[in-house]
Amino acid sequence: MDGHEHSAHPAHLAHHFSEPAQQAESAKMGMWLFLLTEVLLFGGLFVAYTVFPAWNPDMFFNAHKHLNVYLGTLNTFVLISSSVTMALAIRSIQLDRRDVSIRYLVVTLLLAAAFLVVKYFEYSHKIHLGQLPGKFYTFTGIEGTNPHVFFSVYFAMTGLHGVHVLAGMSVIGWVLMRTRRGELSSEYYTPMEMTGLYWHLVDMIWIFLFPLLYLIG
Amino acid sequence: MNTIPEKNFLNATRGWKSWLFTLDHKRIGVLYLFSIMAAFLVGGVFAILIRLELLGPGRNLMEADTYNQVFTLHGAIMIFLFIIPSIPAALGNFLLPQMIGAKDVAFPRLNLASWWVYILGSIFAVISIAMGSVDTGWTFYTPYATETQTSVISMTLGVFILGFSSIFTGLNFIVTIHKMRLPGQTWFRMPLFVWGLYATAIIQVLATPVLGITMVLLILERVAGIGIFDPAMGGDPVLYQHFFWFYSHPAVYIMILPGMGIISELISTFSKKRIFGYTAIAYSSLAIAFISFLVWGHHMFVSGQSQLAATIFSFLTFLVGIPSGIKIFNWLATMYKGRITFETPMLYALSFLFLFTIGGLTGIFLGALAVDIHLHDTYFVVAHFHYVMVGGTVMAFLGGIHYWWPKIWGRMYSEFWAKIAAAFVFVGFNMTFFTQFILGSQGMPRRYYTYMDQYQPLHAFSSVGSWVMAVGFIIMGVYLFHSIKRGRPAGNNPWGALTLEWETTSPPPTENFVETPKFSHGPYDYDKNVPERTI
Repeated sequence: MDGHEHSAHPAHLAHHFSEPAQQAESAKMGMWLFLLTEVLLFGGLFVAYTVFPAWNPDMFFNAHKHLNVYLGTLNTFVLISSSVTMALAIRSIQLDRRDVSIRYLVVTLLLAAAFLVVKYFEYSHKIHLGQLPGKFYTFTGIEGTNPHVFFSVYFAMTGLHGVHVLAGMSVIGWVLMRTRRGELSSEYYTPMEMTGLYWHLVDMIWIFLFPLLYLIG
Repeated sequence: MNTIPEKNFLNATRGWKSWLFTLDHKRIGVLYLFSIMAAFLVGGVFAILIRLELLGPGRNLMEADTYNQVFTLHGAIMIFLFIIPSIPAALGNFLLPQMIGAKDVAFPRLNLASWWVYILGSIFAVISIAMGSVDTGWTFYTPYATETQTSVISMTLGVFILGFSSIFTGLNFIVTIHKMRLPGQTWFRMPLFVWGLYATAIIQVLATPVLGITMVLLILERVAGIGIFDPAMGGDPVLYQHFFWFYSHPAVYIMILPGMGIISELISTFSKKRIFGYTAIAYSSLAIAFISFLVWGHHMFVSGQSQLAATIFSFLTFLVGIPSGIKIFNWLATMYKGRITFETPMLYALSFLFLFTIGGLTGIFLGALAVDIHLHDTYFVVAHFHYVMVGGTVMAFLGGIHYWWPKIWGRMYSEFWAKIAAAFVFVGFNMTFFTQFILGSQGMPRRYYTYMDQYQPLHAFSSVGSWVMAVGFIIMGVYLFHSIKRGRPAGNNPWGALTLEWETTSPPPTENFVETPKFSHGPYDYDKNVPERTI
């Protein structure tokens, strides 16, 4: 209506924006706001984590020894590596090296899957021993009051984080598809950049969870 | 004689799909408008049922358990399905891009997703009602919420989902306001309604996720027995209250801030005078948003928080009075020596000033520690928050609906019937709720099914008031719907207002403006320029 030809602007520019920069900046700002909501979502759990160890510090210390710190460390490395490959995928698409970018995205997905596999072994071991949250807790080997609270907090925090890993994997898969279809390039790579931001947040949250749960000293 | 533009957003495309999957912010606003009106109707029916039961002590209409469900549903529906989305998602969606001269919000698909998520959340709420309802009160306090046999999970899941719809709207609005304003419209040349939406959106984005995690933990508490809110298992029910009010107190300002934005528009337009203290009003919205995050503990003065915490929360609560007072005085100063006319939207704006002042002042009473011990969980609290929520937000919403109705549909409603309805609503509201201040100060506890005989006359008076209000709303429904097809064409600018949305046609075209608008005057420059009224 305002006189411009539809062919005059790139296909990825939505009609209500006047230029690609405005669109990219809006997307970035929106994404940061979304990440903020994620931090606040986990914020509730971090508050719960602050309350209960303050009430029963000994129990939390005793209970945390039943987490496998080696697997936790392994997973930390796995997740940090996946953040690196994610960043490399974005760098590659910025340089129009599409094949390289696709390879990095695949590696990122594999690392994310590896994280979940490790998590699966950790979880199944705990389920086997009855180290379960709240009323399902049947384990007897931990000294202190209400050791099940530790596992309530542990499963709630790592479970919600695991859900975010799954969500991240699906978004990365979607970006991978779009890259293979040739929809992303150095001209327009906003979806991959946004996915990268999200993935780094998922990584960051784990970096807080790991010491809080596995390395209580 | 005005005419309806041949091509506008209402008839640009046809068929139900063109509405349910529209990306046009105006159509999404209209979808929200009808959705929240439906929610308001359902919540209103529950309100009437509550008042009928309370006509006299003992059983009148329903059993005590049913009564618990009815007041819970009234609260939950009115809060989560009606009042939180009401102004931002319906009117805000319709108006924000027009007021800043944009073609749409920054993320139109996210906007549509927000409405669908709202519908999904509502479905879970309905499922909960069908599966035996909820009887916890809208606050879902633990440990009762983990023990009751009623259908808490689907209701809280619904609330969790509805939270996303609210976050999507807020996020979209913040980015839109930052990135989509037309050149020349600086931050301090925006209409104050946009400032109100901005402050609201900040709270929506920052507070709602905490409600989300609270609902998730409550569901885990019921499903997996994690026990972190259960004192019997070493958990802490007060932690639940902290979480809940960390969202739900700021949520009160999600409800009132956009209403205050509407009032700024109405008062200036119908006084034909530059708004007094523009910058102070704009900043006071941000101040309210900021303070709103620091006062949640005033809901928990008798829940066992420390005396020090209670004292600090009480002090911070008083601070809210400052930016609220700034607004009230600026509105009054705007009207001073203005050329005031009393069309229906202005009547609602004046009702707002009167009722919100009472609601706000009684909030200060309740924020005082010693007074709150006496009045806690009485009808005084019920009356207070209804004066803020209904006397404040709903009055502003109704004012806004009547103000922008001709912009949405291009047609005027009957001014005569609108004034009669406004009178019914105002009188009925005060009959219903002023009575409850008296009941509360005499010791009538809230949420009780029955009461001592001495309270009967006042309860009955309050119930009669609810009928008067209902008559007002029925009249309003009739003339508003009638006007959609039959009203006389309103023209671009029926009120002679200066904000940008009045420069385009009524109803606007899909792109909002036929010519890309130029910023030529501020939103309240009535001293320089008073546009012709088109009606």
